[in-house]
Amino acid sequence: MANYLFIESRDPYGSNDTQFCCDLAKQLAQQGDAVTVFLVQNGVFPARAGARADELSALAKAGIEILADEFSLRERGIPTDRLTAGVKPAPLDVVIDRLADGCKAIWH
Amino acid sequence: MADKKTLTFALMDPPYENARSTTALRLINIAAKRGYDINVFAYEGSVFLAFAMQKPHPNAMHGRNVEEENHVLTKELVSSLMQEAMRNGGKIDWVNCGLCVDERGAVEAVEGVRRGSPADFLKMAATSDNTLVIVTRG
Repeated sequence: MANYLFIESRDPYGSNDTQFCCDLAKQLAQQGDAVTVFLVQNGVFPARAGARADELSALAKAGIEILADEFSLRERGIPTDRLTAGVKPAPLDVVIDRLADGCKAIWH
Repeated sequence: MADKKTLTFALMDPPYENARSTTALRLINIAAKRGYDINVFAYEGSVFLAFAMQKPHPNAMHGRNVEEENHVLTKELVSSLMQEAMRNGGKIDWVNCGLCVDERGAVEAVEGVRRGSPADFLKMAATSDNTLVIVTRG
């Protein structure tokens, strides 16, 4: 089993290519790999409670850990207690933790 | 330090244009505070991050002089990150892609930055615990 970290910096409202990241993450999780999706920059926009976030819902249903960069949330005025189900706020340090642990990291 | 790691980052974005540059510098800062050894391969427009000719400027629109504007210069952030890494027992090997530098005339870089090629990136990645490529938007 491999560990994967997807760093999603794009939001589905301004980019039309976020779906493949979601699909790949789900496929890896389905084959038994440990997958985390870390939302950063505008990637945190769909993490707002009430936002259209079909992709995040699908990831959460697949049992994928979804983290949102606290700094990016704060920059965009998104309170950490108003995130969509399945998304947890986290410091950027998590990315360095995972890199140091040898996680396969993919920036998008 | 028993758990000292070596991480490599490949950057592509020029400063002052995209949040990716900010995130990249934030990541490097975290690793520097941990005393990790850090490799940075600056490719394409990111060679300007360490460009020594950057200058602060006033902001006439907001009526601020140079001191009041306190403009962030990425060259100073790069130098600061190198110092932070050293303070914590680590180091940063920052390599600017030579062809990218020549194309852009970004020859002058702050102290500690060296000129190299994608072959350096290959060596960095091969000798690191992990590598993160922060790709520019295609």
